[in-house]
Parts: sequence; C-alpha cells; structure tokens
Amino acid sequence: MFWGKLIDRGAMLLFGPINVLNDLLLKAFSAETINYFVWPLIQIGLVVTLVAGWVAYATYLERKISAFMQARLGPMRVGPWGLLQPIADGIKLLAKEDFIPDKADRWIFFFAPYIAVASAFIVFSVIPFGPDWAVIADVNIGLLLVLAVSSVGVLALILAGWSSNSKYALLGGLRSSAQMVSYEVSMGLSLIGALMFARTLSLSGMVYAQGSDSIWYIVYQPAGFLIFLISGIAENNRAPFDLPEAESELVAGFHTEYSGMRWSLFFMAEYAAMVVVAAVATTVYLGGWYFPFVDRLEQSGNHNLYVIVSLLVFLIKASVLLYIYFWLRWTLPRFRYDQLMDIGWKWLIPSALINIVLTAIGVFLIQALNGWRGLQTIEALSQGLNLTAYGKIIMIVIGLISVFITGGLLSRINWRSRDFNLKTQRRNIRLVNVAKGKPAVEAVQQ
Amino acid sequence: MHQVEIATTQDTLLDSPEMVLNMGPQHPSTHGVLRVILKLDGETVMDLDCDIGYLHRGMEKIAENRMYTMIAPYWDRLDYIAAVSNGLVWVETVEQMMGLAVPIRAHYLRTILTELNRIASHLLWLATHALDIGAVTVLLWALREREEILKIFERQFGARLTCHAWRVGGMANDAYDDFGKDVRQFVNNFPKRLDEYETVLSENRIWLSRTVGIGVISAADAVAIGLSGPALRGSGVAWDIRKSRPYAAYGEMDFDIPVGENGDTYDRYLVRLEEMRQSRRIIGQALENLPDGPVNAKLPKVVKPPVGDYYHSIEGPKGEIGCYLVSDGSAQPWRVRVRPPSFVNLQALKQMCVGHLVADVVAIIGTLDIVLGEIDR
Repeated sequence: MFWGKLIDRGAMLLFGPINVLNDLLLKAFSAETINYFVWPLIQIGLVVTLVAGWVAYATYLERKISAFMQARLGPMRVGPWGLLQPIADGIKLLAKEDFIPDKADRWIFFFAPYIAVASAFIVFSVIPFGPDWAVIADVNIGLLLVLAVSSVGVLALILAGWSSNSKYALLGGLRSSAQMVSYEVSMGLSLIGALMFARTLSLSGMVYAQGSDSIWYIVYQPAGFLIFLISGIAENNRAPFDLPEAESELVAGFHTEYSGMRWSLFFMAEYAAMVVVAAVATTVYLGGWYFPFVDRLEQSGNHNLYVIVSLLVFLIKASVLLYIYFWLRWTLPRFRYDQLMDIGWKWLIPSALINIVLTAIGVFLIQALNGWRGLQTIEALSQGLNLTAYGKIIMIVIGLISVFITGGLLSRINWRSRDFNLKTQRRNIRLVNVAKGKPAVEAVQQ
Repeated sequence: MHQVEIATTQDTLLDSPEMVLNMGPQHPSTHGVLRVILKLDGETVMDLDCDIGYLHRGMEKIAENRMYTMIAPYWDRLDYIAAVSNGLVWVETVEQMMGLAVPIRAHYLRTILTELNRIASHLLWLATHALDIGAVTVLLWALREREEILKIFERQFGARLTCHAWRVGGMANDAYDDFGKDVRQFVNNFPKRLDEYETVLSENRIWLSRTVGIGVISAADAVAIGLSGPALRGSGVAWDIRKSRPYAAYGEMDFDIPVGENGDTYDRYLVRLEEMRQSRRIIGQALENLPDGPVNAKLPKVVKPPVGDYYHSIEGPKGEIGCYLVSDGSAQPWRVRVRPPSFVNLQALKQMCVGHLVADVVAIIGTLDIVLGEIDR
C-alpha cells in the first residue's frame, strides 16, 4: 500500500528525533526519572505553548468572525490577512506602561492577574487532548479538579475589583463573585447526568466510555449539554453574560484600572477559561478525541499518528464550541444583573436538578428493562454504561422527552415571572395620520 | 452645586452605606461629556443629578457678534449628529423674520435632505443605543447605512458631519447631477436593512427584557417636563411640528406620526424605527414632486431683519429645535436663544431612572438620544 508506506515514512520523520532524544536521556537519567519528571515537563511545555497559541489565535478568530458578521474585514495589516496580529498585540502590550493606581492595594493588585491566568491554565493539566501521551495527568478525579480549580478564577476577579480602589472595578468584582458562584452550581449539577453514564470522574475515562459505547453523551443528555454550555458561558463572563466587564455600564468592570501586560493576562485568562469550558464540554458531551474510524490507525500500527489525528479531532470539536461563543457574543444584547441571577437560580439550577432526576430514572429503567422478556439493553459495564441498540434508542427517547418535561416544569415554576411573559407585554405602536398641515395634537391621555 | 445626599446606613437595604458613583464625564455610554452623579444602594439608583456644561462653547454669545449669514455654521455644531436640521432652523428663522420668499425647489430639497439627516441621526441613535445594551453588531450595521447618507451629504455639501448645508434665502448649490439617483438608491435599499435590524432586536428576548417597562414616563409627565420628539411620541402624544406648524415642504407631504402606548424604552425604540420608515416615505414623495427652478431667493447685500423678536421651531430628529431671535435692526442679532431638545429631554432622566439599576441608566440615557453639543451649546 503506497499510502500506508507514506504514513510510515512520515511517522518516522516525525517521531524519529523523539526516540533519539529518549535514548539520549536514558544515558543520563534512570527510566523512572524520565517517565515521571522529564517527559511530563516536556508535555507541560508543549501544552502551555499549544494553549497559549490557541488562545492568541482565538482572539484573532474572534476579531475576524465578528468582523465578518459586522460587514468589516477585521485585522488585515499585520501579515497576510492580519495573521500576525496576535503577536503584534502581544508586543504592544508588553511594551506598554504597567500602571498601578495611587491608592490601590499594590500587592493584591499585582498578583490578581497571575491567579486568573494560573487557575485557567492549571486545568489543562487534566484535559485529555488525545490518547496516551497527549494528556499530562490522567487523574481519577479529573472533573472535580476542573470544577475546583476553575472556581479559583473568581477569586482573581474579586481581588482585582477590590484592590483597584475604583468604584467601577468594585461593582464589577461584586458582580463577578455573585455571578460565578451561582453559575458554578448549575455547571456542576449539569455534569452529573453524564457521570451516570460514564461511571467515572476521570476525563480520559469519560472519553473511553463514550468510545466503547460508540456514542456521544450529547445524544443521551441534550438538556445537560445545553445547561452546561449556558452556565459555562456565564462562568466565563462572556456575552450575553459579560456583566463583570460590561463596558457600557462599568467602563471595563473589574479590570478598569489595569493596563499593559497585566490587563492582557486577564484577557488571556478569559480566553483560556473559554477554551477550558469548550474542552470540558467536548470531553464530556462530544466524545473528546474519539471519532469513528480513527482507531483504525491504531490497529494498523501507527500509534503516534493515531494520537496526533485524535488531537486534531479534539481541537476541531472544541473550536466549533468556541465558534458558538463568538457567535453568541456578537449577536445578543447583554442581560441585566438581576435578570442574570434569575436565569441562574430560577431556570438553570432547577433544570439541572430536574435533569439529574430524569436521567437517574432513565438509567434505572434501562437496568430494570435489561432481561425483561428477553430484551437486552445493557451490553457491558466495564467502561461506562454500554448500551445495546435497543438501550440506546430507549435512552435517546428518554433524553428528548426529558428536555420537554424540563421545559414544561420550568414554565410552571416561572409562569408568573415578568421576563417569561415578555412577548405578551410587548405592544405595538400606532400610526396617527393627520390631514396635511392640520394641528396634530391629540388629547393628552392621563 | 450638585447635591446628592447620602443617607445614613439604617435606611438602606442590607444596612450598607449608599455609594455615590460618578458616571462621566469620561464614560463610554454617556454619549459625550455628560456627568451623571448616581446615588446607589447596591446597584439600585436612589437618586441622580446631571452635571452638564463640559462642552460649553458659548454659541449664543458668539452669535451676538456675527453677521446673520455667518451664524449658520455655528449652528451645525450644536447637534453635530443632525447638522442639517440645525442649520435649517437658523436660516428659516432669519428668512421668516425678513419675510423672504424662498423658491419652492429649495423647500423640497430642504425637506429631502433634512429627512435624510433624520434617518442618519436615528441610525446613530440605534447604533449607540444597541451598543449600550450590548448588541455590538447593530452598531456597525447602522453605521454602514449612515455612511450612505453621509456620502450623499459629502457630494451635496462638501462635508460629511458639520455640513454648512443652507444659506439664508435658499441653498449654496443646486442638487448635484446624480442626486436623485443616489437618494433613490438609498431609499430603495433602506427598508431591507431596517428589517434586518428589527430581526436582530425587536423580537429578541434579551432586548425585550432590557427595554420593556424601563424608563416609563406617562404622557402627562412628558408634557409637563416639555419632552418633544420621539421621547414625547413614545408616551402617546401625537405631537409633531412637521404636521402642526409645517415648514419647508412638509405641508404637502403625506406621512403618519408613529405613537407609542406605554412610554417605555421599547416604545421609543419602535417609534424611532417607524419614523425612519416614514422619513423614507417623505423622501420618496418629495423626490417624485421635486419642481424645477432656482434654489436661491434674491437677498439684500446685508441681511438685516426688522426690529423685533421671532420664534421659529422645527421638528429635529431629537425633538423641537427652536430658535428665538431678537433683532435691533443691525446686521448682527441682539440676542439669540436656542431651544435645544436634548437639554429639555434630559430633564426626564431622574424621573425615569430612580428605582432602576445602573444598567438601566445607560439604556435610558440611550433612549433619550441626547447630544451634549446641543445641551451645553
């Protein structure tokens, strides 16, 4: 096979140097040192570089996509199609003055951006970008770690808002604390439904579970996916939930007083947090790096190529989710603060709870139906809940029905709410036509 | 000076002290150099006070030392978004005081161009109002349409923003050769684009929840404060100077006055959108019936209105722009007073805002459609 040979040759070119490097390292260190210390460091370096590049080009893509939505061209001057714009931005921001306001709390002001960036980047240590060496640490509580570390990010925002000694920053910090705390709840709750199928908290384990069931959990959990995505957007302070930095009200919210590189760290943290949410959503609901037929590469012996293709699959899936972020931001107006809280507490958290109950009932039903009149629904339980074709159909139907049940229950809960009845509150204007040149004053309605 | 009293702690929610927030003069959404002093309890507005005058240039005093024909360019800088309408109120005041008969073609051209200017002004309002509420894309879409109008202005007047559009007694130039074609092209393309904005905003849940029931002002209050323009019509009063005291060629145009019901931000939004459609209708009619002939009346060498005083007002995009002119018979006015619509409309801000949240203050400033150049003069 010509193509097979070509792939082999390419893989050798790609991974030959790495094998040589491994041999060299073996001369200097013991095998354990290399496995537990040297290679993880290289992995970390690679992931940080990859994510930083991804973040930088996410800003570029956002600018381009927003430009196309707004009948503009976006960055065009730096490099072909403005491709070097993120680098130019980085250089500009590094060269700018790092200004600390007079009465700011200097140390907190100084450290807040680092907390933001660190909390966003640490999460990447457990994200499975691909199988085997494309994940730094396959922790068995990966999902809990993601939730825990990403909620440290709110601390940075509060500290930044508080230490700036500016009222706009303070309001932004307060908003962010309330917003992120309340949306974290629904974000965590929405994931439980998927956990019932995966039966593991390890992120790689979830991908394997979806792979062995050969289905994406978005099919079983449409409601859970929606809740997770919405709370993720709110958690990241992205439009239409970008209240902590609402530029039209709070100038720039919590980072009003920041400038130069320190500001850009917040910016990077925001985009990195977006990438985190997109990556987690991809892992939990979209099958992670799993894609049909890609594992044929593994079977034909091209292990490293398989890893790389899987990694690309992961990046593409996550980028599609990022595109949804951009799309929403440049289409929708911004919520008001109280409306945001309404959505969090009156809609998302109840719907996440209802989703848990319905999913639990569904999983119970599947187990109860297994073996009933010879019907087989469960195939295996070793890697997550693997269902047979019948089981899948039943589960998908339950998932779809649960969306409607959730919607119905929520509208029962919220039917009195002002925002729920907006369409009926909406009135039309009337047109008054007066003969040409006659006084047009109507009686004033009291 | 500006007094916003801070209550002692026990009066407020959660026993926290009230906070005074200085919004402006440098703030992204106070539409210029307006300074609003907000007294906040949490994020609820308890009280507010406006501080204006950061853009005061002494227009009315300057006018006392200029010849009548030299004043019009200054008027362009009042409401710089609607320079054409502002220029019109000045030249029409002088013309009517002198009893000059302006050629009918000039009247028609004035009607077309002021209506184009109304659309441009409303588009800029839509752009900034949507931006204030967070819909950024509408900003650039609306500016794209406005650009078409500004191109017509540039070809006709030689300037885009502060186009010294009129001369006392008529116009500087007749319409340029392709004027009819350009305007007709704009008029034909415009409704499609306007529908696009409506699909983005009018039915949008977030837009509705941000505008319905926000900044409500009753018809009686609106009349008592002296609101005019879309801000008054949004409250349900069908008052439009183009109908009640027609100027230029408006007496011969057929158009409707859009009138709201609730007097909230959403109604004013709908009223302005409908006004753009009506403006388009007026432009179409005026272009259809555009007569031939000269565009300038014969003027005396020095413009000297007779001794006395005169008030004339037109329906500007933002409301009633009036000009009160006192002449002592010399070549310079003795006293000029402008009735700025934004200045009067801004008075309603406190009544509309108290009890709402900070985010609503921004939306309400946007819906009042103020221009600080006109407020401070």
